[in-house]
Amino acid sequence: MLEIRNLHAGIDGNEILKGINLTVRKGEVHAIMGPNGSGKSTLAKVLAGHPQYEVTAGEVLYEGKNLLEMAPDERAREGVFMAFQYPIEVPGVSNAQFLRLAYNEQRKHRGEEELDPLEFKDLLKERAKVVEMDASFMSRSVNEGFSGGEKKRNEILQMAVLEPKLAVLDETDSGLDIDALRVVAGGVNQLLTPENAVILVTHYQRLLNYIVPDYVHVLAGGRIAREGGKELALELEEKGYDWITSLDASKTGAGAPAN
Amino acid sequence: MSTAELLGKREYKYGFVTDIESDVIPRGLTEDTIRLISAKKSEPEWMLEFRLKAFRHWLTMTEPKHWPNLKYPDIDYQDIIYYSAPKQKPVKASLDEVDPELLRTFEKLGIPLQEQKQLAGVAVDAVFDSVSVATTYKEKLKKHGVIFCSFTEAIREYPDLVKKYLGSVVPTNDNFFAALNSAVFSDGSFVFIPKGVRCPMELSTYFRINNQDSGQFERTLIVAEEASHVSYLEGCTAPKFDRNQLHAAVVELIALDDAQIKYSTVQNWYAGDEEGRGGIYNFVTKRGKCQGRNSKISWTQVETGSAITWKYPSCILAGDNSIGEFYSVALTNHAQQADTGTKMIHLGKNTRSTIISKGIAAGKSNNSYRGLVKVMPKAENARNYTQCDSMLIGSQSGANTFPYIEVMNNSSSVEHEASTSKISEEQLFYLQQRGISQEDAVSLIINGFCKDVFLQLPMEFAVEATRLLGLKLEGSVG
Repeated sequence: MLEIRNLHAGIDGNEILKGINLTVRKGEVHAIMGPNGSGKSTLAKVLAGHPQYEVTAGEVLYEGKNLLEMAPDERAREGVFMAFQYPIEVPGVSNAQFLRLAYNEQRKHRGEEELDPLEFKDLLKERAKVVEMDASFMSRSVNEGFSGGEKKRNEILQMAVLEPKLAVLDETDSGLDIDALRVVAGGVNQLLTPENAVILVTHYQRLLNYIVPDYVHVLAGGRIAREGGKELALELEEKGYDWITSLDASKTGAGAPAN
Repeated sequence: MSTAELLGKREYKYGFVTDIESDVIPRGLTEDTIRLISAKKSEPEWMLEFRLKAFRHWLTMTEPKHWPNLKYPDIDYQDIIYYSAPKQKPVKASLDEVDPELLRTFEKLGIPLQEQKQLAGVAVDAVFDSVSVATTYKEKLKKHGVIFCSFTEAIREYPDLVKKYLGSVVPTNDNFFAALNSAVFSDGSFVFIPKGVRCPMELSTYFRINNQDSGQFERTLIVAEEASHVSYLEGCTAPKFDRNQLHAAVVELIALDDAQIKYSTVQNWYAGDEEGRGGIYNFVTKRGKCQGRNSKISWTQVETGSAITWKYPSCILAGDNSIGEFYSVALTNHAQQADTGTKMIHLGKNTRSTIISKGIAAGKSNNSYRGLVKVMPKAENARNYTQCDSMLIGSQSGANTFPYIEVMNNSSSVEHEASTSKISEEQLFYLQQRGISQEDAVSLIINGFCKDVFLQLPMEFAVEATRLLGLKLEGSVG
């Protein structure tokens, strides 16, 4: 589904990603971990097409197509979704109005009939159960006045509505208390199917207790420093990121594709 | 393509010219010009006197060029044509006798005038250059006692009402442009809602400037008697010309005891091109007087066109417990300039006013809110709430807020809130990441920003305003 080859990217002339290689297949959950500044969020934003980030080398194939050539909205309509670390407020635009517009864009893209507000309301009510959100959220302005936890739940609600093929969750666990984390993670688990894939970007192992990854990739200095199964996350938890950075410093395994 | 580039490519779809034979007077402005206009309209002596008095005063006045935050070359008032009317039969038995070219023009503007096609629920007075060419639903309204006609007809048919109220809210010597209008105004709309009547439909005037060298100087006078109720809408467009054209209108509203007037404007005059060539100078004086107890006047404006907008729809809250409201969206792009806002003058006890202003500046435009809240000594317990929000798009536009507050009564309360924001790249990216195109994302953000004002518009107008802002702003974020 997704193939990242030797990806180099940065912002304002500073290279942050220095040759990422990653393959994601349908039905898989990948965790991207790493210390602050290792390039985790940059990778997420580059995949979503954030305009401030510049790709300097490498390629990304998504379902056989060149993802990097597509505008952010095009990628979204093709099924790439990113849950934001800091969801943005849109004052005066109701959550329901925003979600219906986004949902209908996808339907139009697939050549399907758009849903009218009433039909959409039913769908939204159904999907909102995934993250235990009540109807009052739908008439409120997008993310405006939402608590940190509500914003993150709202991201997963959007994922539930849009049903992406590839979801990239950028530090969705940050700032969540344990109850909110359980709701958010539970939501993501309900949305996992053999047909879609999830990339979890996270600093902490904690989230991986709830959403169990098939693969863990640890970034350091813009490269994948270490890869393994879910047990790698536990090892990291135990040894700390210093362990990885020391590996990176000695160049062990860095830069070269691990598989 | 940057949003600014996309925006520039938007065509002004009302920019066409109607080819029609017109009765045009020579350029220039003297007492003779005014006598000529008055004679063309077969006006009574008192009307001519009103005009001449205004003109003589105007000659002593200077154009307000220094205090508004506007820049433009001097206007040559002798180089303007003050009267231009399409030639047609003077008396028309029915609307179907209106020149087909004019009917076609208004139909193209979305305002069909022929009886079989008329908009349901909205009566329209259609003003073309200097004259009203047709008014729909006149007879139906008359059955309810509502008078809705052109100003020319009002002077002829209802001289006592016109004499009583004309100039009672905006005196002939009020300001430079109001004095000019009082001297040369050629037509406009007159509305009278008798005691206790709730006007059965929306009333509206559609203003169209067609002649490239003429100005438009129209007057609107709305009188709502005790416990009556009316909602009035106005729309305006003009062809694309390279020269600037002057539009100096005066609107007066009078609300007696328990009466309510709701006045909504969607202004879409030609705004000039990207470099600021051409476009309408929209210098307008609008004022309402809440004369009676418990009366209410509400202004809602969506200003998207004109090279320059200079207007401050105001309320004089004379009656005790009267209410004034001003809801405004002013959008400027390219080289447009707007200096707009309101004045709320609290005279009576327990008077209340609300001001919600949303300014959006894109391109190299400059957008200023200027508002006065004045509480006079006898206005016990007067209250005002003002909220002014500005949104900047791109890095070359400017927004300003000039609030003036004068309070002479200690029991009153005046609140002012202001904010400035930008459409951020992050906001756009967020919406795009959900599959919404950049253009739709800009529209969505702007419409959200303006929501408090759009909610005040009659429904058909709200849809139109939403669409209009979308068109005007497509692609204005880089």
